[in-house]
Amino acid sequence: MQRSVRRVFCLLLVLAAALELSAAPPKMMSVTVEQTQARAAPSFLGRIVADLEYGDRVEVLEEKNSWARIVMSGETGDTAEAWVHMSALTTKRVVLKAGDVDVGRTASSAEVALAGKGFNEQVEAEYRAQMDLDYAWVDRMEEITVSWEEIRTFLAEGGLTALSGGE
Amino acid sequence: MRTGRPTGGKKAAFALLLAGAAAALLGGCAGMEGVTSSLLSPSGGLSRADAEAITATARTVAKSLEQISPEQEYYVGRAVGAVVLGRYPVYSDERATAYVNLLGQTLAAASDRPETFRGYHFLILDSDEINAFAAPGGLIFVTRGILRCARSEDGVAAILAHEIAHVQEKHGLQAIKKSRLTTAVTSVALTAAQTLGPDALAELTTLFDDSIRDITSTLTNSGYSRSFEREADRGAVMILQRVGYDPRALVDVLEVMGEKLEPKGLDFAKTHPDPAQRIKVVEKAVGEAPSPPPAPAARRERCEAALGGI
Repeated sequence: MQRSVRRVFCLLLVLAAALELSAAPPKMMSVTVEQTQARAAPSFLGRIVADLEYGDRVEVLEEKNSWARIVMSGETGDTAEAWVHMSALTTKRVVLKAGDVDVGRTASSAEVALAGKGFNEQVEAEYRAQMDLDYAWVDRMEEITVSWEEIRTFLAEGGLTALSGGE
Repeated sequence: MRTGRPTGGKKAAFALLLAGAAAALLGGCAGMEGVTSSLLSPSGGLSRADAEAITATARTVAKSLEQISPEQEYYVGRAVGAVVLGRYPVYSDERATAYVNLLGQTLAAASDRPETFRGYHFLILDSDEINAFAAPGGLIFVTRGILRCARSEDGVAAILAHEIAHVQEKHGLQAIKKSRLTTAVTSVALTAAQTLGPDALAELTTLFDDSIRDITSTLTNSGYSRSFEREADRGAVMILQRVGYDPRALVDVLEVMGEKLEPKGLDFAKTHPDPAQRIKVVEKAVGEAPSPPPAPAARRERCEAALGGI
């Protein structure tokens, strides 16, 4: 599925280039965290509309209290709006594979983040081997998950405020 | 914190934002630099050449921090976490761990930076030392000793919120020497190959090691600057207020800490400003804000149940 999506993406890129879009370009941002959710309301307790992954591009319509209102286009041409917290987005284009674009030629490093480059899994493996460090508890703590439902209950039972996730 | 994988329909729908993406690429990205030009304005004694050099340096540094992507920050944070965990045993009580994670993730969601590459996670260290560490990206460690300084959930929240604020402000990453950052950036920009060659890998690993040492030595020896600690205390007050906790609980914690800390101790006494000074910062940040209603019984009871034996 991912591959076909990418193919469609490339096709549309070519199409757009051919059309020479002249209108003001929409503000595009990329998801810069491994996974996040688009929500029906600008709150972490808002209903989840879609899941987003690292590198996904979204069109930002407006920013409000650290939340971005984004637009999603459906398969039948319908559109839907949703909210994503700004801390999950970057103005840079996240390139998931070096081969996706000619990075050196087409964009400066200020505009592109190369996923999996720089300090990455390979560097970590080399570092661990050299330092003889035990990552077992680091891995274990990363596995600890808390659901939004648990947070909702925790807030309600504790007599606390509903969250907006930064102002 | 993370929910299931995306469903096919939604995911496909999302990827269809394409015309817009194309337009953005064609239109070019807006520049990210907002470097101040005030350095170049006439000021006594600073030559134009000096001013330009300073501005150029500022631009390089600003770019460098920006260039450490959340993904790279995540790997830095894991290594810092592994170093911390190499020095302290884990207090693996499941109930206590689950509680600090539920509380911590609730607070993180109310911070200015709720989203990091793989989210916030919390662990209790089995030590009587009064100490806490925030690794970049959101791995946060608190000792049993520091948790004993809290007399309520609001107090525990205050301790965690201070650490979350360090992550939010990227204080850990800023402990990395600037010269390393610029080198790292260069390597990142040039490394477009699928996997790193042996030379690049060796170079980056050395850089990584040095960066981790910069951070861990700051966390455990020198401490952050006073201004970073002030920033973290103010950030904590803001987070606490947003969730509905009493920010004055941070003052209570600092008072207890002030009584317990030994002036020449190897813990918070070594790496943090004097609690009395921090209390002034917190009181100023809280100002005249009205106190929230007292904690309901359920809040007191769940804290006691989870951390009563700490």
